[in-house]
Amino acid sequence: MRSEDIDLVAALCRTRAGLKVDREKTYLIESRLGALARREGFGAVEDMLDALRARREERMIWSIVEAMALSETAFFRDREAFALLRDEILPGLARERGAKPLRVWSAACSTGQEAYSLAMMTDALATAAPVEIFGSDLSERALEKAQSGLYTQFEVQRGLPIRLLLQHFNKTDEMWSLSPRIRQRVRWKRINLIADLTALGRFDVILARNVVSGLDPVARARVLQSLAAALAPDGVLMLGVDETADDAPEALRPMPGRRGVFARDPAFQKAA
Amino acid sequence: MRTCLVVDDSRVIRKVARRILEDIGFEIAEASDGMEALAWCRAAMPDAVLLDWNMPLMNGVDFLRQLRKEPGGDDPVVVFCSVESDPNSIREALDAGAAEYIMKPFDGDIIEAKFAEAGLL
Repeated sequence: MRSEDIDLVAALCRTRAGLKVDREKTYLIESRLGALARREGFGAVEDMLDALRARREERMIWSIVEAMALSETAFFRDREAFALLRDEILPGLARERGAKPLRVWSAACSTGQEAYSLAMMTDALATAAPVEIFGSDLSERALEKAQSGLYTQFEVQRGLPIRLLLQHFNKTDEMWSLSPRIRQRVRWKRINLIADLTALGRFDVILARNVVSGLDPVARARVLQSLAAALAPDGVLMLGVDETADDAPEALRPMPGRRGVFARDPAFQKAA
Repeated sequence: MRTCLVVDDSRVIRKVARRILEDIGFEIAEASDGMEALAWCRAAMPDAVLLDWNMPLMNGVDFLRQLRKEPGGDDPVVVFCSVESDPNSIREALDAGAAEYIMKPFDGDIIEAKFAEAGLL
């Protein structure tokens, strides 16, 4: 790839979504944008970017940013994190809330496996109040797939126990289709995490796993602060097991003994 | 070291599965059908069995039902690995005593995830 092409892609990703593009990983840029270029009818990534320079079309810009933001996901990714939610965090919060529904947000959920894992898990939990699950992503394409509830045989074998597959999915041709009952438990919305999130309301649990580590430091601090502000005072933020909230120390405190799990700092935005 | 018996009539599949399972710390024995697998188990029960369904002489489900009747035959954790992907067939395998079920084709990540799900890792 030409250096000016990498510059262009990196600048778009940073300004539109706060994404950090690793300039060394040209193969990654090539492979992610290559599929998009073909879909858009271009012979090569360079041609697509030249066309963009000639005419800065918003739709094209977002397609590029979304393709670069795409992340891998799987059902019940990080088994320990889900066990912690099931055995401690959700039952504890449910006791506090009584009859009030718990609100859980799977942020940057990609093709929806995390949100649906939460839906299947809470379906089996005997909480007094219902659990409302929200899934969001930057990519409309990813959300469309999430909403369809259709997954390949390959996808349903990554992290999904076979008994849950039989319980909640039907086989239709070569795809596995999630039951309407579980699908209806999740609400979807396109959300750019660097935008103003105050209209979303308060959440009891937010999962933003392996998201902030892909952002540039300025965006990372901003997103961590916004997520903290979207937490209920006793709410819980789950990042990836290897991620920290060091860029927003005033907003979030690590929960002792729980890797990647954070509580809202009691003093954060108290005046507001 | 824990042992896993890989039962499949395809030599290629056995070889691929052996490599993946050795990487996650299993010692491997191989059998090409249910009869041969049963002979292995009678000599020494493995900790795990990766089990194909359609094989000559004795198929996977018949092997599993027979295994559970043997002395110590309840101990091995059995993970099916078959091209069979019909939900009713999968249910039949689970009812016969399988802990997990892999639909072919598989890769290392799938085997590792399924073995973790079956409590083998």
